[in-house]
Amino acid sequence: MKSLAELEAIREKALKEINLRDNTGKTRVVVGMATCGIAAGARPVMNAFVDELNKRNVQNVNVTMTGCIGVCRLEPIAEVITADGVKTTYVKLDPEKARKIVVEHLINGRPVKEYTISEAE
Amino acid sequence: MKDISLHLMDIAQNSITAGATVIKISLIYKDGLLIFRLSDNGCGMNEEMLSKVTDPFTTTRTTREVGMGIPLLKLSAEMTGGSFEIKSREGSGTTVEARFIADSIDRIPVGSVDETLGALILANPEIDYEVNFQCDHLNFELRTSDIKEYLNGVSISNFEVIGWIAERVREGLKEVFGGVLNEISG
Repeated sequence: MKSLAELEAIREKALKEINLRDNTGKTRVVVGMATCGIAAGARPVMNAFVDELNKRNVQNVNVTMTGCIGVCRLEPIAEVITADGVKTTYVKLDPEKARKIVVEHLINGRPVKEYTISEAE
Repeated sequence: MKDISLHLMDIAQNSITAGATVIKISLIYKDGLLIFRLSDNGCGMNEEMLSKVTDPFTTTRTTREVGMGIPLLKLSAEMTGGSFEIKSREGSGTTVEARFIADSIDRIPVGSVDETLGALILANPEIDYEVNFQCDHLNFELRTSDIKEYLNGVSISNFEVIGWIAERVREGLKEVFGGVLNEISG
């Protein structure tokens, strides 16, 4: 049973980490969550991003969602925008690919070319 | 959509686009009906838009000429012999209500409301979400405004906080609907 005590513990831990966090810019992961995306399985993709980032304790990455990007046949789609403004568009994603992107691109800085939109066209 | 939680994920986007600052989500079991209601305080729709909104060829987006979210939800409800209603006032907000016949063989399951909520809160933490599950005398409520107050300085979009909220919602679903809705074990 989820208790407020547990929430309190999470809070304490987060407060400690706020002080340790370095302030380099944030990377954003934007997952397409329009009707087409949801039907194609975007929610588990978003969960996989969050879960993997959490597991590996990656800071400075925001995960959010957006509406229809306009290429519905390539959903689930996620855009990775690094702090320097470089955007990589990943298409036809699944939870496994999302986790690989976290490790290869977000942590090691190497975009996964074979999942990008240019490879899919 | 395979389940109600995916419809919720879909429909809530409309509220967010409409600039809602409060989104109320209810799942109520009453008199053999499973009622899914979503209410927002966004910009709402004028009468003309409201009259067309259940048409799949009506949409406010510019990337495509179809808007399937509302028609699909209406279909899911009516497939069970249930009903659908959408009310809106320009400047005030919109309320969507889908009534499913609970034990219809064609009723889609409730699904992972916890996952949908987690994703919605993560993506738009500034919005106040109020979740309510009701079945007979059983009642579950969760408000993100209360949680934010408790967190006092820690962001609600902290991944672990989101995990806690999702788990709490999952528990709430079981507490209220367990043993009543076939797909939720009591």
